[in-house]
Amino acid sequence: MSEKLMREADRQRESVELYLKQLGNIVYEQIQNREFPWIMMQSRSTDNIVYDPDLRQYVLGDRTIRRHSRNIRHIRPFTQLVWTAWFARELLRLRKTSTLREVYYSARGQRDIEFKNQSESDNIITDLETALNKPRENFNIFPEERSAIFGDLTIEYTVPGYEGRRMNLTDHPDGVMIGPALTSSKFVETSADKVLVIEKGAMFTRLVEEKAHERFNAILVHTAGQSPRSTRGIIHRLNRDHDLPVYIFTDGDPWGVHIAMVIISGSANAAHLRGLATPEAKWIGVWATDIIDYKLPTENLTDYDVKRLKELKDDPRYRDDLWHKEIDVFLKIGKKAELEAFSRYGLTYIVDDYLPAKLESIS
Amino acid sequence: MTELEYQAISPSDFFYRNREIAGFSNPSRAIYAAVRELLENSLDACEARRIPPNIYLRITEVAPTESGTSIYTLRIEDNGTGVPSAHIPRCFGQVFYGSKYELRQARGTFGLGGTITILYGQITTHKPVWITSSTGGEIHEYEMMIDIEHNRPVIMKHAVGENKREWKGTVVELQLEGDYSRSMYRLYEYLKQTAMVNPYADITFVDPKGRLYLFKRATDQMPPPPNPVKPHPHGIDVETFRRLASVTKVKNIKTFMMENFQGISRTTADKFLEAANVNGKTNPKTLSPDDIVRLVRTARDFNEFKRPDPSCLSPIGEELLETGMRKELGLSESDFLKVVQRKPATYLGFPFIIEAAIAHGRSIARQTKGGITIYRFANRIPLLFDESSGVVWKVVNKLINWGTYKVSSDTPLVAVVHVCSTKIPYKTVGKEYIADQPEVEKEITNALRNAARSLRLYISRSIRLAKEKRRLNIFEKFLPKIAEFSTKLSDQREIPDIQPLLEVVSTSIPDVEKKISEVPQIV
Repeated sequence: MSEKLMREADRQRESVELYLKQLGNIVYEQIQNREFPWIMMQSRSTDNIVYDPDLRQYVLGDRTIRRHSRNIRHIRPFTQLVWTAWFARELLRLRKTSTLREVYYSARGQRDIEFKNQSESDNIITDLETALNKPRENFNIFPEERSAIFGDLTIEYTVPGYEGRRMNLTDHPDGVMIGPALTSSKFVETSADKVLVIEKGAMFTRLVEEKAHERFNAILVHTAGQSPRSTRGIIHRLNRDHDLPVYIFTDGDPWGVHIAMVIISGSANAAHLRGLATPEAKWIGVWATDIIDYKLPTENLTDYDVKRLKELKDDPRYRDDLWHKEIDVFLKIGKKAELEAFSRYGLTYIVDDYLPAKLESIS
Repeated sequence: MTELEYQAISPSDFFYRNREIAGFSNPSRAIYAAVRELLENSLDACEARRIPPNIYLRITEVAPTESGTSIYTLRIEDNGTGVPSAHIPRCFGQVFYGSKYELRQARGTFGLGGTITILYGQITTHKPVWITSSTGGEIHEYEMMIDIEHNRPVIMKHAVGENKREWKGTVVELQLEGDYSRSMYRLYEYLKQTAMVNPYADITFVDPKGRLYLFKRATDQMPPPPNPVKPHPHGIDVETFRRLASVTKVKNIKTFMMENFQGISRTTADKFLEAANVNGKTNPKTLSPDDIVRLVRTARDFNEFKRPDPSCLSPIGEELLETGMRKELGLSESDFLKVVQRKPATYLGFPFIIEAAIAHGRSIARQTKGGITIYRFANRIPLLFDESSGVVWKVVNKLINWGTYKVSSDTPLVAVVHVCSTKIPYKTVGKEYIADQPEVEKEITNALRNAARSLRLYISRSIRLAKEKRRLNIFEKFLPKIAEFSTKLSDQREIPDIQPLLEVVSTSIPDVEKKISEVPQIV
């Protein structure tokens, strides 16, 4: 099993390296042919991002663009793209990982290439993802870590120095940080039969403390707000490869609603990537109707909240009845509630009463 | 005229007492004023002979004085017409004696400047003046002083020498008190600007420190000489009218008007006299003072005279001004220079012509701090003082919106304005700046705007060129990086040649402009 996993990891790495090298070849040959180098990629401009109802996520449309070094406005980002590709290939060759921020700083001192700010370098990395059709995690570039996972899942590392080493995600009671090592690891086995995704750290800790993973036989994932792509990738893998149903539990406000939706249907920013969305995942609360049913302590919706709710209503990802109904109720009652609101019935109420009831009603 | 009003004292005496009027107000100003007066006389003398001037000017220090100034010897030599021996004493030793009483453009007007310089030298050093001159025959040398009280020359020595080489010209040498170190800068500016508008003159200057300044002749072309003309009725004053009327041999006022003034035909004369309510048959000599005043006033507002005849003017000409500016500003081929000569115009009956020029480019940027440097000239004389009171300053800084011509506040520019007229509208007796006569102001404005329109094209071109250069720079910057990293990325050994690509980019810059190695920075 372990050897097979390692071979797979190697194969994946080699294929990405090859992609990168091919990009280099294209550019190199164009220059040799006295041509200004250019590459073709899908356009990421907003008018080329469309919602695909079958995939149940945003995808890029048919429009392509040419990044052309003959164009005075393109030549700098083009140069940065080639540099970033080279940098990514070095990462893979050296079997190192890098954060987005480190990429930004690595270009420092490279005259004329260096990025003005991190969003510029992030953008070039997204270009590279689009050009290669590979997520940046495949070429070892990760965001800063903040989300965590806990539960009965045995993983096997593929990162240098840890190859073949295994670990169970219940080993550490604070949860295990979802970083490059975890992201690139193989999932060996799990006894869990569901995944419970929680927006907030306090509630995640509460669930671990109350042994919710055992009581519900679940893997717990903490997104820490809007979930990073690596976290969404892991949720996707657990759902697709291990057939675990996914339940998402967020604050009862438009922002919580949207955290759930991005896990389910993906973001426009990642429309060029596959394998991040989990269309089967379910949002189980806090619903607007929960606020009424459980008489939760609330705050009033701000103007900004209301505006956001109205935007969500027009978003194609929200066309299901459940969403529309809940959004309407939010707007009607003009209230919102946080996950912690259940504490008014005691610290364990949520685990003892609310979640069992919710899960039952959903399944 | 002034001598009538000041009969009690001699004109020499008057100027002795009021020497600041002629610019001799203090020792540092005095040297500048002395050079200016003598140099202008020399230039006029050469132009009268239609020969390119060779001027030699030397100032040597004789001895310092107790008050921190010094006594200097000033010597100036020219190759002009020379002064006939019989006229020399009075020409240089009597105020208001000279050859410039006709109505035509000349640098000086009354032959006053040379004499007042000699007068100033005499009162500060009590030394005689030496004059050497020849009109081609014998050479006459005079040593003389001025009897200030009686306004007459006192000859101390007169020698006559042979002139085998048929030399023509005049040499004046005198001593005066002054402060050279404080007038040095102005003097240099004055000579440089004089050379700018007299590019056909060769001026050599040896200063008290033994330094040699050469302002070399750049052309043998000289502007055509001005024609003497009769006065225009618009510009006449009561006194001149009275004098003309008192000496005329004509018996009736109608013929008198037609013969003594320009621009009056038979019909115009009839209409004018009718408007002035004077019978055409009146004998001019019998006109009452009231009649004269009425005639002059009517003439001023009468619109049917012909426009004043501009042939009495002698503008520098576009070609000569360009030559002079290129020479003295050290302009190169790639610098911008536009010279404009306006058509003759008139103000208060005096014809005038405006010539203006704008220079811009790297050569100008090197010698100025940016902004607009003004050079003003009146009848080919540089005006150096009170710049901000003059009409040119007003036009440049108030009336013209330079933004229209893509000129910003720190764009280095030189603006030259030359006013030539039979009567320059000076604002003060010091003759340092020109008044904002509406007609003159308008012509100056139009002339500069005209030149500025060409400037705008030049600046736009420069900006476009700079843009192209920047484009090329960008490709030169990034293509090597693309080549380098694509080589590394594709595991190649040799970095591909990007030169063919750069050649493609640079062909978008026209060949002529590619030669200009450095593009002027337009800020």
